[in-house]
This record gives sequence, C-alpha cells and structure tokens, in this order.
Amino acid sequence: MSDGRPTPRPSATFPPAVLDEIHRAADQGIYEIRGFGAKRRVPSFDDLILLGASVSRYPLEGYRERCDTDVTLGTRYAKRPISLKIPITIAGMSFGALGAHAKEAIGRAATLMGTSTTTGDGGMTPEERESSETLVYQVLPSRYGLNPDDLRRADAIEVVIGQGAKPGGGGMLLGQKITERVAEMRDLPVGIDQRSACRHPDWTGPDDLAIKILELREITDWEKPIYAKVGASRTRYDVALAVKAGADVVVLDGMQGGTAATQDVFIEHVGIPTLPAIRQAVEALMELDMHRKVQLIVSGGIRSGADVAKALALGADAVSIGSAAMVALGCNQNVHAEDYHAIGAEPGACHHCHTGRCPVGITTQIPELEARLDPEQGARRLRNYLNVMTMEVQTLARACGKSHVLNLEPEDLAAMTVEAAAMAKVPLAGTDWIPGGFGGDY
Amino acid sequence: MIDLDLSQLNLRSVNERLQATLPGANEQSYRVLHPNGCHALAVGLTQPIEVKVEGHVGFYCAGMNQAASVEVAGHAGPGLAENMMSGEVRISGNASQSAGASGHGGLLVVEGDAASRCGISMKGIDIVVGGSIGHFGAFMAQSGRLVVCGDAGAGLGDSIYEATVFVRGEVEGLGADCVEKEMTPDHLKALAALLGQAGMDAKAASFRRYGSARKLYNFDIDHAGAY
Ligand code: SF4
Repeated sequence: MSDGRPTPRPSATFPPAVLDEIHRAADQGIYEIRGFGAKRRVPSFDDLILLGASVSRYPLEGYRERCDTDVTLGTRYAKRPISLKIPITIAGMSFGALGAHAKEAIGRAATLMGTSTTTGDGGMTPEERESSETLVYQVLPSRYGLNPDDLRRADAIEVVIGQGAKPGGGGMLLGQKITERVAEMRDLPVGIDQRSACRHPDWTGPDDLAIKILELREITDWEKPIYAKVGASRTRYDVALAVKAGADVVVLDGMQGGTAATQDVFIEHVGIPTLPAIRQAVEALMELDMHRKVQLIVSGGIRSGADVAKALALGADAVSIGSAAMVALGCNQNVHAEDYHAIGAEPGACHHCHTGRCPVGITTQIPELEARLDPEQGARRLRNYLNVMTMEVQTLARACGKSHVLNLEPEDLAAMTVEAAAMAKVPLAGTDWIPGGFGGDY
Repeated sequence: MIDLDLSQLNLRSVNERLQATLPGANEQSYRVLHPNGCHALAVGLTQPIEVKVEGHVGFYCAGMNQAASVEVAGHAGPGLAENMMSGEVRISGNASQSAGASGHGGLLVVEGDAASRCGISMKGIDIVVGGSIGHFGAFMAQSGRLVVCGDAGAGLGDSIYEATVFVRGEVEGLGADCVEKEMTPDHLKALAALLGQAGMDAKAASFRRYGSARKLYNFDIDHAGAY
C-alpha cells in the first residue's frame, strides 16, 4: 500500500459473505429464506466428458442417421404408461409459487414438444390441465387442493416424498404470495405464511407407502403410472424402498434442484449432488433387477443437452427441469433492472422468488408483473430451449455411435476430477482408475 | 342389497363394482363381507351409494370418498376416510391413526376411539368421535370441525389454522398456537346440530371449544421457538 501499511487480510473463515450473513441474522432474527437451488459449487455433470467414437467405435452421421429420443414411463404396473417424444420433462412447480402465465407457458411448451409437465403444492388449475397434454399430478404431504377428480384427470401421479433442495423439509410459501385464489386452492387464510408439512399425514415408511400406492391405484383403476419423488440423500436405500413399495417410476432430485422458498441453510447444506445420486439410484435399480423396468427420472441442475446426455449415460431414463425452464422463460434476464434492485437482487444473481415480486413475471401473483410474461411468447421460448437441448443430446449420442439416446452408457463417460470419478464411478479421463473401486464392483 | 364377499372376490373387483355404480342404477346398496382387515377398501367412490362393511378394515378405507355413505361394523386401520370430499363414513369400532386426514368435506363418525393425529391437516371435513382421541389431534388442521365426546391426548390442535375443535372430556395438553375459545350461542347451535347428525347423545353445552390463537400465521421473532 502506498502509505506503507500492510494490506488488510480478510479471513478465510469469515469472508465478506459470511460476515454479511451474520450481520443480517443479527438484525432480522430469522434465517434467510430464498428461492432457486444450491449456489455452492458441487461436483456435477461439468466434471464428466463423453468419449466420442473413433476407430474402436464408429459414430453416426450427424444430420442423416436416426437418433431416437422417445421414452415410455410407467411400464411396470400402469395400464396406461406415458409415452414422451423427448426424455426431458418439466418438474413440479406449484401455482402459487409460479403465476398462471408461467404455468400456462410451461404447459404449452411441453405439449408442443411431446413431453410432460407437473403440478405442484396447491393442486391442479384448470388452465394447466387445459394447456398440458400430459400432466403429472403431485400428491404432496400438505395435500393442498388434493382432489380425486383431479387424480383421475391426471396422466400420471407423483407421490412427493422429498425435494432435492430440502430433503426432509416441507414447503414454504410466504404470505406476500398468498392471494385469494392461492388461499382458496389451499383452504387457508389469505396472506399467512404457509409452512407445508414435511411428512405425509397418513403414512410413514416404506410399508405404508406401498399401501398408499395401492390406494391411489385402486382409485384410478390401475391406469396411471405412479411416480415416487425423492430428494437425494440416502439415495440407494430410498430408491430401493420406493421400488419395493411399488412405484412405476422413481423421480430423483439432487441438491442443485430449485425451490420457490426454503431456508438457505437447508438449500446449501442438506442432501447430496445429482451426480453421485444418479449412480446410487442406478445401482439400487440394478441390484433389484429393475433398471429400465422401473424408470428413473433425474432432476437437479440439468441445464443443457450435455447434462441430459450424461444423466442418460449414467442410467437415467429421462430428466426433469425446473429452474432451467424458468430461465428459458426469462428468469434472471437483464431487463427491468430497477425492479431487481427493488427486491435486493441483480439480473443474473436473483434468487428472490420467495418475495412474490419477480421482475420478469414468472414467480408472482401481481397482475402488473405477471403481464410481463406473455404465455404464448414464453411457450415459444421454452419450446425452443427444449428443442435445442434435444438436438444437443442427439448430437452427442450420435457422436458416441448411438441410434437412441437411451443407448448411451457409463462406458461413454470419463471424469475430469477425482471427485467426479469417485462419485459417478467412471474412470478418471485417460486412466482406468475409479477411486473406491471399479465399475460394477459394488 | 348386493353382497360382495372378499373371501371370494379380490379387492380390485369389489372396488370396481362399487366405483362403477351409475346414478339411477337399480341397486344402490352393497354389503361387503369378510374384509379381514384389507386395505384401500371402498376407496374413490363418487356416487351416493350405500356400502356396509361387515368386519374390520385396514388402511385408507373409504379414502377420498365423494357422496357415498360407507358404514363399517368393526375397527379401521390408519387413514380412515383420508382426503374425503363429501358423503358420510361411519365406523362402529375404533380408528387407528390419521382418521379423516386432510379431509375436505363430508362427515366422518367414529363411534369408538380414534388414535393419534385424528383430523391431521383437515380441510373442511366434520369428524365426530364418540370416544377419546390420541395425541396431536387436529394437527395442522386447516378448516372443518373435530368433535371429541371423550378425552383428547397431548398436543391437541398443534399448529392449527382455522379448524374448530370441540372436546367434552379432559384435554391432556394443547399444542403450539391452540387455545381455548369462547363457546358462543352460534357455536352451541351448530355443535348440537352436528352431534344430532352424527347420532351422538351428548349435550353441546358440555363441550369446550378450541381453535387457533393465530400467532404463528406470520413469522414473528418472539415466537421463533415455536417454529
Ligand atoms: S427472476 Fe423471478 S423467477 Fe428468476 S430468481 Fe428472480 S424472482 Fe425468481
């Protein structure tokens, strides 16, 4: 320094963000509640690479040879499994957390692409049933708006046991988002903070879950695929138990999965990343000889066709996107900067869904803000994005010599870091080394 | 009355028969024999039919009921009439935990006792229990009425929203944000009517009323310990 004094040394234990958080906690006396998913860097699909074909394997012609993308879900017990044109589905997001325009845009885009979308806490709106050709109906611990007519109207049923952003925690919707319509759907007063239950009111444990699934099947004539959604934590056991309980499909949400409002401490410190979770889930399915018989949908941090290809190569049957779909609709876009600032955010660093004052009209119930998202335009943007992801995953699959994206396999992958190699159980690039044992040595 | 015998028929065919009864069909009453504690019996009914079950039932009997009247001569397992929308469900014996869970409407009558979490997350259903209930009755109950002619276990009405609880006997303890409230003439009248509908020989004036103090509705630092 010019005055000769030494440069002040910030603490590694108390960096500025930690100091700020302690000051904030001391001021406000409440934990930070926010939207979006984990912000810390975790081992992810970015740490894997695909091994394109060469002499030992031959690739398919990029634009000429077929590479199919269709997937069928719910083949185990359901009389009417779901057929999707692409292996990318839209994750459950509630009306309440999202505004009606966003829900409609998502439904339309999913329909245009031949894929499914999912309801959320609070039940099914007529608009989303209308706009979604294939709609998955969530049965959540809160049971807000749960209605047997909607159950029968759905194309599949998803029993939500946990969410990647908060395995073991219940939902939250803060009072500012509880308008009359949202309150009515949930049978609760307008304007109160809704803390949804974290456990189902009428079952605990896998034996009960089996009976719950039986009940849902009996109510819907065994027609609909029943999914069980778990947040990634003790994934191997949770997946095995969901299979034992009779699920047709397991939905696995890693810790990068988003949320509309959850305690920051939960988002950042509970659950495991998607990468090791997939591998554990596939191991559990293989151990039970149920891989591909019970389909696995993976979510949590899927952003591109590369992520999809890697998830499929690790053994998933499909992926699900939530946050990325919102980004395609305009989340964090650099417009209306003053409105981002007004809620204490920046375009590009916004996680303020919990405020209900989304500057781009996605996670809001305020009509003026919602008007910023035109459902038709939003649907077009999301369709484009889904299309790009699909073309990307096809490109990568062809490069690996696959005529169907589901033919991608762990053999097509290598890891860029020791951590990713250990978690995904694929060799470190350029070696045969899988830390902790070789593939198949479980 | 049509007999459906679970010692001869499987669960699917019994439920299918009950679910498929159309409005205006000649036969609208059924008797289900030998239930032997089977789960998910008489679930998802949508028509105003009458179902009499002779014996004990397992989990989720009459789950998500709409319009039907289901009577069980016996005891019931967990989740009796869970998420019921309308109609009436009545059992002569005791109900296991989570009876009437998340029920949106209709009337559930348990003539015996009900175990823990009776009326958990209820959303408009009326539940009348002839005997006593276990702990955490009306836990997170949102709306509707829970009437207990006997005693209530610990943690009654914990985190309750706008549901109302009436208890005639002893309350072992109230849960977070649940308080005793004044019994107004309107409450007495409505309770007397509900007791009459449920066929309970009990005087409304002998009950006390409980509901939400509404202190946990929005986060308040002074109540942080209760969250
Ligand atoms: S832009 Fe809207 S949807 Fe995106 S993080 Fe901010 S508030 Fe949430």
